Amino acid sequence: MSDQQLIPEEVPSFHADNYEKKWIAFSMVLLVAFAATVAIAGFALGFQIPGDESRVDPRTVAETLPWSEPGVRDLGGGEYDVYIISQQYLFTPREIRVPAGSTVNFYVTSIDVQHGFKLQDTNINMQIVPGQVSKLTAEFDDPGEYPYICHEYCGIAHAAMFGSLIVEAGGGS
Amino acid sequence: MTTLKPQPTYELTKEDKRFVGLHLVVAIFALSVGSLFGPLQAFEWAGFDLYQYLEPIGLDDYYKGLTAHGVLNALVWTTFFITGFLTLTTIVGLRRPLRYPKLNQLGFWMMVVGLVMAAIPILAGWASVLYTFYPPLEASWSFYLGLTLVVVGSWIEGYGFFFTFIAWRKENPDVRTPFIAFGGLITMAMWQVATLGIAVEILTMLLPYSLGLTGGTDPELGRTFFWFTGHPLVYFWLLPAYISWYAMLPKQAGGKMFSDSLARLAFWLFLLLSIPVGFHHQFVDPGIPTGWKAIHASLTYGVAFPSMLTLFTVVASLEYAASRRGGKGLFGWIRALPWGDPSVSAQLLAGILFMFGGIGGITNASYNVNLVIHNTAWIPGHFHLTVATAVTLSFMGISYWLVPHLTGKPLWKPKWALVQTWLWFVGMIIFSNAMHVLGLLGAPRRTALGTAPYVPDEWNGHLLRVSIGGAILLVSVIMYVVTMVRTAAQKERVAVGEEVQIPIAESLRDPQLTPLWLDTWKPWLIGTVLLIVLAYGPQLYEQISNASLSSPGFGP
Repeated sequence: MSDQQLIPEEVPSFHADNYEKKWIAFSMVLLVAFAATVAIAGFALGFQIPGDESRVDPRTVAETLPWSEPGVRDLGGGEYDVYIISQQYLFTPREIRVPAGSTVNFYVTSIDVQHGFKLQDTNINMQIVPGQVSKLTAEFDDPGEYPYICHEYCGIAHAAMFGSLIVEAGGGS
Repeated sequence: MTTLKPQPTYELTKEDKRFVGLHLVVAIFALSVGSLFGPLQAFEWAGFDLYQYLEPIGLDDYYKGLTAHGVLNALVWTTFFITGFLTLTTIVGLRRPLRYPKLNQLGFWMMVVGLVMAAIPILAGWASVLYTFYPPLEASWSFYLGLTLVVVGSWIEGYGFFFTFIAWRKENPDVRTPFIAFGGLITMAMWQVATLGIAVEILTMLLPYSLGLTGGTDPELGRTFFWFTGHPLVYFWLLPAYISWYAMLPKQAGGKMFSDSLARLAFWLFLLLSIPVGFHHQFVDPGIPTGWKAIHASLTYGVAFPSMLTLFTVVASLEYAASRRGGKGLFGWIRALPWGDPSVSAQLLAGILFMFGGIGGITNASYNVNLVIHNTAWIPGHFHLTVATAVTLSFMGISYWLVPHLTGKPLWKPKWALVQTWLWFVGMIIFSNAMHVLGLLGAPRRTALGTAPYVPDEWNGHLLRVSIGGAILLVSVIMYVVTMVRTAAQKERVAVGEEVQIPIAESLRDPQLTPLWLDTWKPWLIGTVLLIVLAYGPQLYEQISNASLSSPGFGP
């Protein structure tokens, strides 16, 4: 509390203690710094989140290409597209194989309710919404098995819904 | 006999007390039922599935229990406690009775009818859609209509507060709105605007398709409507606790409110910023451009700012109180606070855990960092620090003076109540820490992990800690409910002149010296609407004009 309070004040005015002013400045700098860090990581370094990809009709999408043939497409040059259909309580396909060193674009949609798609140990994390296509891309350098699990409640057997991405060493298939 | 400074108070009438008390009865009943399901989930995660033994009483399903837990605790306990508490802060703050008591009674009973209409399908298993009820997972129409009535009932109670305020303003044209009433009115104003989202979602999509009038919904549009309400819902829970932390807890601790100007500024900023931030719950959604998500991420950092103001003012008020009690030192003053009072202890412990909740909240709001924890166990770990501790433990603390005040009976076993607050604190640290760690390891939220085939061994120790924390919390909540019931049911009454008073802290500086712009509604309301239009307008227009009700409903 400052000494100024000893002077009689009659006029209403905005009053903040000196420590309070410093705290306000500190809070603002902190929050701006957080925002800047996230913005640089997202827009300059490419750590991106899903955006507006495309829309489909959930009632017919499973009969239309490319979704009528879900799975891996080799685009050449180590790049792959993967199309995955989610439904209560499974992913199609349930297993995906790509060689180590690939860049993989995941396209996922749902033909019934909302699902989730979280590829463990990566930054792939998507909400799967009927009528919408979710897309994210990741690079896989380390061989191994990466489970993808449904992380949005989708009904009674939700806990059983998962699949596996297998990254194969040495050139792959 | 104490000689008080000339601080005129409004004595609640018998009818006022009965009406506020009715809110608490429903709130505490909902909490006591809803909280029984929480540990059942925690135990399931550790491999002890008790649901299988509950089949004879119809509670055979993890997700039915999870829906009941979420709806009863996060929606019913909070909404009824808040409308009851804000009734008190409005009339005690403004020192006048409700302008139209019948209107508030109508709102209350509408909420009760809504609660029954939503509870029946939940317990029958026709609404195991969790408390976010994302379409096209379809529930009984009764569930949606029940929720609508609860929301509309809370609107009507809010109208009652506004009419009371308008009447008070006519009688007191030049007086600054007393803070506890001011905070409650802002909370209710924000709530009226925020709940338009789920009102539109339910009335245009969910009710029609659950009644078979339309072929389906647009699920992504539904999510956008839901989260328009979903984030400010958090502040609807939190602001009543803030009213207590700012303007009641300092009195209980023997001090004053540190800064009237800053406290009011914080509340206006909550009105302004708590709504146009909903896309930060949809960072991983399809159908929303990344640019809009980034804008909402920035605004979410904005709404963290008034919480940081709150941290300063509340801690400064408590430090002032402690120094009057002889507390000294950079941190030593903390020990001088009246920790032996369960109401104070509950709120102090709630505030301590809320700091961690706030840090986690900033993580969630951080755009791409959110990819690591979105829809993982981290999220319920986070909101058990916020709604289930900062809010719930504070409400428990408030009820430790409120129920004695309403009933004229002493708190039953204050030491027992004190233990209850610490058990909540300790149980929540164990539970919440384990949930956060599990989230970082990739464990999904709202999933019966006891049956999941993909659970790696490294999760097991943490899953066990979740159930240990849950068991401690169960003991704590039972102690709370028993304390409340025994307090109200006992024959003993407090002696005349010894009644438990409503704690209202004075401000260090005369509130009349707070500038008028911090007590003027119009510019802040205009700003609120304008910011919503800017932050939501274009994308909402895009989603509504491209809406396709082509997603048929499916049962859970």
